[in-house]
Amino acid sequence: MIFATALMLMAAMMLMLVRLLRGPELYDRVLAVNSFGTKTILFLCVFAFLIGRSDAVDIALLYALMNFIATIAILKFFRYRALDVALSRTRRRGETR
Amino acid sequence: MSELLHMLDILRPYVAGIALLSGGVIVLIGASGVLRLPDFYTRLHAAGVTDTLGTLLVLLGLILLSGFTLLSGKLALVGLFLLLTSPAATHAVANAAHKAGLKPRLGTVQSQPPLDASGDPS
Repeated sequence: MIFATALMLMAAMMLMLVRLLRGPELYDRVLAVNSFGTKTILFLCVFAFLIGRSDAVDIALLYALMNFIATIAILKFFRYRALDVALSRTRRRGETR
Repeated sequence: MSELLHMLDILRPYVAGIALLSGGVIVLIGASGVLRLPDFYTRLHAAGVTDTLGTLLVLLGLILLSGFTLLSGKLALVGLFLLLTSPAATHAVANAAHKAGLKPRLGTVQSQPPLDASGDPS
């Protein structure tokens, strides 16, 4: 049953890849990448049980954080065309407006 | 009391299997929804199915399989991070699409191609 769950997760990842390649808008592709990352995390957790080693769960834990940061970074880059824009509206000293 | 605990311990792998398989089925349903729904904003709904119920069911099945160990704690942490980050990421994607001027597709019939070429669209 662990193997069946792994197969279903891989099939879902294949469907996500199809949406990633076909997606008409940029945001469809971003959504597909984000959802693919979520399924990758689940697949890593299941894979740790498949091979009988608990190391893959640590990688899944790291990937859960990296996936979120990557999604936010991609969205920020395509909105501002740069990555070093401050997200909050704090003014520097001496800056007017 | 101890008989009840023993019975629950016997039932544990079966409940774990049911949770794992239903989680996998729900993940598949969400993925096919992302593939097949007509609009970006409707695809967000299908992705939300995967992010909440499918994730929780798969991780619950794995936690039930592993018992009360360090591994189950790590799996619970994975679930906690996913529950914290995936709504924020989904909101960020939706907000970026809305700010970029992506309009949701409205109307039902005109956007779909007709099923048979001879029939009149109803």
